[in-house]
Amino acid sequence: MKHKAMSAAFVAGAVATAVAGLSSTVPANAQAKEKCYGVSLKGQNDCKAGPGTTCAGTSTIDYQGNAWTLVPKGTCTTMDVPGGRHGSLTELKRDLPEA
Amino acid sequence: MRSEMRSPLSPPQVDAASFGRALFDPQSATPDGLTGPDGQTAPKRFNVYRNNVIVSLSEALGETFPAVKTLLGDDYFKALARAFVTAHPPASPVLIWYGAEFADFLSAFPPLQSYPYLGDVARLEWAWLQAYHAADEAALDPARLGDIDPQRLGDVRFTPHPAVHVVTSRWPVWTIARANRFEPDEVGAADLSEPQSVLITRPDMDVNVFLLRAGGAGFTLDLLQGHTLADAAGRAQEEDESFSLSDCLSDCLAAGAFSGLLLDE
Repeated sequence: MKHKAMSAAFVAGAVATAVAGLSSTVPANAQAKEKCYGVSLKGQNDCKAGPGTTCAGTSTIDYQGNAWTLVPKGTCTTMDVPGGRHGSLTELKRDLPEA
Repeated sequence: MRSEMRSPLSPPQVDAASFGRALFDPQSATPDGLTGPDGQTAPKRFNVYRNNVIVSLSEALGETFPAVKTLLGDDYFKALARAFVTAHPPASPVLIWYGAEFADFLSAFPPLQSYPYLGDVARLEWAWLQAYHAADEAALDPARLGDIDPQRLGDVRFTPHPAVHVVTSRWPVWTIARANRFEPDEVGAADLSEPQSVLITRPDMDVNVFLLRAGGAGFTLDLLQGHTLADAAGRAQEEDESFSLSDCLSDCLAAGAFSGLLLDE
């Protein structure tokens, strides 16, 4: 491609501005989520992946162990649910519907 | 045991190609060889099966294109989906890949010519689904640009993240998609004279849809196609004087559009 020359100094300045602006907005990245099992009320689990995969809102038991919901990253395992139970980053064997 | 009354279940004497054709043509007769327990051709059973196929594919389209469905209404969408499904049988057994041609079908559908933005809304929703199912990969850490000799930053090329998509449009697709799908309670009227292009990424678990600013779409597409930063920026500036390299690059980096960077020796 040939076009108006863009000086190396200009590009360097713009990149520096772009990167500096990002490091000051790090809290935006902290909104990362994680899948947390065993903390959602029945019928309120997440999962919406398009056709053929929809299972959102299908859990039948409160805090069902194999149903997950998205929560802010780092908060899942510290999440308390009634009865001394906690959230988990992997599927749980507790509170499963009868087969 | 009533086995003497029913013939043992043997494979139907019908070839897959004619069975498939008959499924998507409501006028076609029940394929020969498709028989019920009495040994006779079974048109009612076949019609039930045929209807289930069309309905389940139509519902899949509705789940992939919820904004289009909201815009058209349930009844219209149902009829439109049936027309699409019979014209475009699935080419893959994977349901999440069904509907790739739906956007073009909408754009070309004669009765919808007064709603020319529908095709682009569908393109946005298709890109959203592709981003959702793309491979997981960490996005480029913007700080890595700081490790590069400032004199050579213009020569940097970026590796596209597996989930990145750009949808360009002459229509306000971002506003329309938000109003009819993503944030229905927070968006007012769309200004149909405002072209909008969006950047779609999934650096982590959630798909994000960002509005690109002036010059951002061409710039981002150039970078995704492997042009150097200086080339992409130079071209964007020529096409739009209000183009801001720092803002547009910042948008790409913050959104997680890239997974890596390269510097030619």
